[in-house]
Amino acid sequence: MTESIFVENLAKHFEKVEAVAGISFSVEQGELFGFLGPNGAGKTTTINMLTGLARPNTGAIRIGGIDCTNNPRAAQHLVGVVPDESNLYPELTGFENLCFCAALYGMGKSERQASARELLDVFGLTGAAKRKFGGYSKGMKRKLTIAAGIIHRPSILFLDEPTTGIDVASARQLRQLVADLHRTGTTIFLTTHYIEEAERLCGRIAFIVSGRIVQIDSVENLVQPLKDKYVVRISFEGVQDDLRGRLSESFPDLDFENLGQGKIRVEADHPVPVGPLVRVLEDCGAEVSEARRMRPSLEDIFVRITGIEAGAMQKEKEKMGAGR
Amino acid sequence: MKYWIAFWNILAKDMRTYYLKPPNVSWGLIFPLAWTTMFFIKSGAGLESIITLIPGVVAVSILFGTTSMLAVTVTFEKKNRSFERLLLAPIPFELLMLAKTSGAILFGVANAFVPVVIAAFLADLSAVAWRVFVPAVIMIAVASTFLGLFIAVAVSEVFEAQTFSNFFRFPMIFLCGLFFPIEKLPVFLKPLSYALPLTYGADMLHGAVHGGHTMPFALDLALLTAFCVFLFVASLWNIKRRWIS
Repeated sequence: MTESIFVENLAKHFEKVEAVAGISFSVEQGELFGFLGPNGAGKTTTINMLTGLARPNTGAIRIGGIDCTNNPRAAQHLVGVVPDESNLYPELTGFENLCFCAALYGMGKSERQASARELLDVFGLTGAAKRKFGGYSKGMKRKLTIAAGIIHRPSILFLDEPTTGIDVASARQLRQLVADLHRTGTTIFLTTHYIEEAERLCGRIAFIVSGRIVQIDSVENLVQPLKDKYVVRISFEGVQDDLRGRLSESFPDLDFENLGQGKIRVEADHPVPVGPLVRVLEDCGAEVSEARRMRPSLEDIFVRITGIEAGAMQKEKEKMGAGR
Repeated sequence: MKYWIAFWNILAKDMRTYYLKPPNVSWGLIFPLAWTTMFFIKSGAGLESIITLIPGVVAVSILFGTTSMLAVTVTFEKKNRSFERLLLAPIPFELLMLAKTSGAILFGVANAFVPVVIAAFLADLSAVAWRVFVPAVIMIAVASTFLGLFIAVAVSEVFEAQTFSNFFRFPMIFLCGLFFPIEKLPVFLKPLSYALPLTYGADMLHGAVHGGHTMPFALDLALLTAFCVFLFVASLWNIKRRWIS
């Protein structure tokens, strides 16, 4: 296997803010690599440096074997970029936007028109081909932006938050398209704040927090420490107090985490005794509505490593997306 | 990689989405027409005097036409991030910016010929030295476009680009010798006149239309070329510094 992306000691600061602080990683050819982190962690700055839109202060970059350290634009013919915000031309139609993007890569007229038609069909946008991009829905815009990023058939694709702010059905369809692209051998560098999305799609994942990679491994290895754990999530009503003290007293061998809004997460090295737990909660005046056994997930690992609640990170990002 | 495909498509896209839009076409026609009429009425002379107005209105039409459009095609696209798409394209940066500015140059040249066409119906233009006039128009369009680019990349908002443009445009109109001969300007303003690209374009236009130039055409052309190179290189440097930083 050869490296599609190689990064060593990459750093970037904006005045006094250290956006990326000496990160190193590599992505193998054909790999789907996830880059996860909260807002402001340095994900987009990293993509910008890898694609030639920003210059690193220090470090080395190799894209597709080409040294881009001193010439950030040297490998642009190899890469496709789907930015976190759709940046196509609102006054052009979907078809025209795709043809224009293909022309930027030197594709001839008949070739770019054929590719544009094919992609519009693949992304289910043939019916909207003659409509102006400015009138597209958010989901359609994301789809066309991804189509524009791959129209020149790049061997390496950078996807920055591809499913942020779009409806569930469109997000699902996009994930399928990303998986299909990966199957065709395209190397994909995916940034997302949807941990489930990364877990489902990516082979390896890097967690980035405050410009530093805090963990990098395959999804399987990341989840391994929690694999033998038993996790139960209990939902209840009627009590506002933090019940962790009372529960820990009754069940010293269990770990409790208050998730807020009447939810408690219970973790143990052995099966969780749900019945006695429910009884203790009811003795405290709580009305238990649900006790669900959970599979330890990447989200648990992310929270454990970063100390950041994934749900809070997701909400914050969506709020930002809605404000745009 | 066929760079000319990218170049042509960037130019064609800009022409279609910006320059050939009805408001811009009408503005490109009305603006020079208004300037011609205004100066003609002010001169109070007969129709035969319209020829003396040509250098002024041609230069002003080019200057305003080109610098106004760059604020839209560059600053606006940077603001809505579609300019990033161009920066990601695997074409030489210099070629990309030439493609992005070619539309404005053509728009400026087209604007320049509006007053000429009007004058052709009202006066005898047979004495005009077209072999000097046409290169002068092209070079003024190139220099003004690159000045517009220089301004557009120095700001973040479209309104800032328009305001900042006026800071250059209005003093330039009055100091470049189009309406007041440079010899009659106060001594302290004369060096400023010679630091403006339009001074050399205006000199060529005066020479081509009524033989009233003060410098050799070759010198005018050489200095205009130097201004174009300086403004283009400075703009590219600024883009790299500010937008690919």
